[in-house]
Amino acid sequence: MNNELSAIEKTVLSDYKYGFVTEIEADEAPPGLNEDTIRFISAKKNEPEWMLEWRLKAYKHWLKMEEPTWANIKYDKINYQDIIYYSAPKQKKKVNSLDEIDPELRKTFERLGISLDEQKRLSGVAIDAVIDSVSIGTTFKEQLAELGIIFCSISEAIQEHPELVKKYIGSVVPITDNYFSALNSAVFSDGSFCYIPKGVRCPMELSTYFRINAEGTGQFERTLLIADEGSYVSYLEGCTAPIRDENQLHAAVVELIAMENAEIKYSTVQNWYPGDKDGVGGIYNFVTKRGICQGAHSKISWTQVETGSSITWKYPSVILKGDYSVGEFYSVAVTNNHQQADTGTKMMHLGKNTRSRIVSKGISAGVSNNSYRGLVHVGKNAANARNFSQCDSLLLGDKCGAHTFPYIEVKNNTGVVEHEATTSKIGEDQIFYCNQRGIDTETAVALIINGFAKEVMNQLPMEFAVEAQKLLAISLEGSVG
Amino acid sequence: MLSIKNLHANIDEKKILKGINLEIKPGEVHAIMGPNGSGKSTLASVLAGREHYEVTEGTVEFAGKDLLELSPEERAGEGLFLAFQYPVEIPGLSTTNFIKTAVNEVRKYRGEEALDAVAFLKLMKEKMAMVNIDQSLLSRSLNEGFSGGEKKRNEVFQMAMLQPKLAILDETDSGLDIDAIRIVANGVNKLRNKDNAVLVVTHYQRLLDYIVPDYVHVLYNGRIVKSGPKELAFELEEKGYDFIRDENKVEA
Repeated sequence: MNNELSAIEKTVLSDYKYGFVTEIEADEAPPGLNEDTIRFISAKKNEPEWMLEWRLKAYKHWLKMEEPTWANIKYDKINYQDIIYYSAPKQKKKVNSLDEIDPELRKTFERLGISLDEQKRLSGVAIDAVIDSVSIGTTFKEQLAELGIIFCSISEAIQEHPELVKKYIGSVVPITDNYFSALNSAVFSDGSFCYIPKGVRCPMELSTYFRINAEGTGQFERTLLIADEGSYVSYLEGCTAPIRDENQLHAAVVELIAMENAEIKYSTVQNWYPGDKDGVGGIYNFVTKRGICQGAHSKISWTQVETGSSITWKYPSVILKGDYSVGEFYSVAVTNNHQQADTGTKMMHLGKNTRSRIVSKGISAGVSNNSYRGLVHVGKNAANARNFSQCDSLLLGDKCGAHTFPYIEVKNNTGVVEHEATTSKIGEDQIFYCNQRGIDTETAVALIINGFAKEVMNQLPMEFAVEAQKLLAISLEGSVG
Repeated sequence: MLSIKNLHANIDEKKILKGINLEIKPGEVHAIMGPNGSGKSTLASVLAGREHYEVTEGTVEFAGKDLLELSPEERAGEGLFLAFQYPVEIPGLSTTNFIKTAVNEVRKYRGEEALDAVAFLKLMKEKMAMVNIDQSLLSRSLNEGFSGGEKKRNEVFQMAMLQPKLAILDETDSGLDIDAIRIVANGVNKLRNKDNAVLVVTHYQRLLDYIVPDYVHVLYNGRIVKSGPKELAFELEEKGYDFIRDENKVEA
């Protein structure tokens, strides 16, 4: 019976139940990246000239940039000429309503637990469904439009609301920001757009579901969300991909803008294919997410549950420009087998009396590596800024790693910045205690990690909290016991 | 109900139990006493199925089954309960949620339907009154920040909820003052009936003032060297464990 350690060390990949492929003909660009690729994408989307110019500018800038190497992750060099930058499922004709969506695509989303049928849909959630490079449909558009809320794909927004897109795209994450955001700016193919007008409290959760399907493609989506004065919106994104033995690149950009007294709650349940137990395949997830609290008393809250991807490189951040604005970051990142995550946040305190709160929970199993990287910056005019950061790591077994890289820059001496960090292991004592009460080891691990992650899970919208809890348990299935 | 025959067990190659024989029948309370290092807690751990302990010889039959063949959670399902000397803390997991999971897992093992929220709450209310535990304790994270007395009371509450055939109390009195011991013991006494049994493992006699045993066994150097009625506990208290050591030296 003396095998406790080897049992804890044992890692078995759980079944990734979203790993299926939909057989559907796709309309694709040839692999490779050059100006023609960008012109191809822009033409496919029938974009105005200014959008194409913007893309080309980003591309030219990207060519001059170097891929960053500072993150605590290792991977083979990405060959950007091997990637297919545009892949759209071929639909027989133009879709005018949700009823006309190809049944095969509809079935794909049904299998993922996403119904595009408004009647069957959880009331209170509107969905934009994005597969590979295009959005295939958005639910509840008309009901939202009655309140003046615009919720559609970004491609549609470029056509229908060019003034808003032109004004805000790249305003939070400029094309020059970083290597992956520059790439995204050049080749982004779809994503969601949302505008909440003044004083409107969005009555339902808005949600985008991203699905990578085609082989050899990268997904480069762009999300732009604007909450005008005094408005409120809760937004959720989910994502999955088929099991493949290649690494696929996902480089998204999300920009949030909160005006005076507005509040944006942005939640992510990231479940891209993580690769197999030997580290073969999986999504490279290089994502730039940033929000700006533009007006006074505005609030942006990021919540993320990161269980998928073979590599996660992601730092949802908040620029606290408005006085009395509030930024929050709640994160659970799980890594198992050979997964690597380098994730955290930046809180940039610029306005007076701004507050931020960071709660990061890292769970590592197998031979994975999980790093928290965060920056709290208090600018010279940010009088009375407050930050509280808490970074907890939980280790399963002794071959995985947990790392914390907190950076703090304070340029105003009225700022108060607090940081707490803990690292713990799931003890065999805890498991045995549960076993002795009749609870098997798998269930015990699920109870322990959900307890560990509870503070973050509590931030998720009710409809998704239960799913996310199950996901945590599934991601770690077989990692102990 | 429990029949231990010639049980030998090692930890890290070191021999701890060297031939234990013990019979426990329904309705009985047995106490195992002994000095530090005699193997008391090892016996409790081996019965509950803790890893790292290697059984090298002997058999244990529990409720008609070969106990040693069962996993720890199966043993719990069969009705074996261990009140821990050091109950563990699980941050973020509410005590109620933990107990509900335990109760329903044990029910599942026995082929019974899971209790729904209403039935569970009803059972909980009933048992809370029985062992004198407060609702506020149960909504907190499991054992996190509990005092020594609260942790042990929580153990007895879990025992009440799981209604085991055999409860093993491992040094339940350690670290408790006399009032706390009395509360915990009262809880255990209320749970006793003709169909279940209790095995009290303790260093001191004082717990046995409240949980009165039918039999007392003295464990020394991995063996039960003396068994007798409850009065044996008083004799030990009076003379200390030295007299056992001396007696065994003479025999050796």
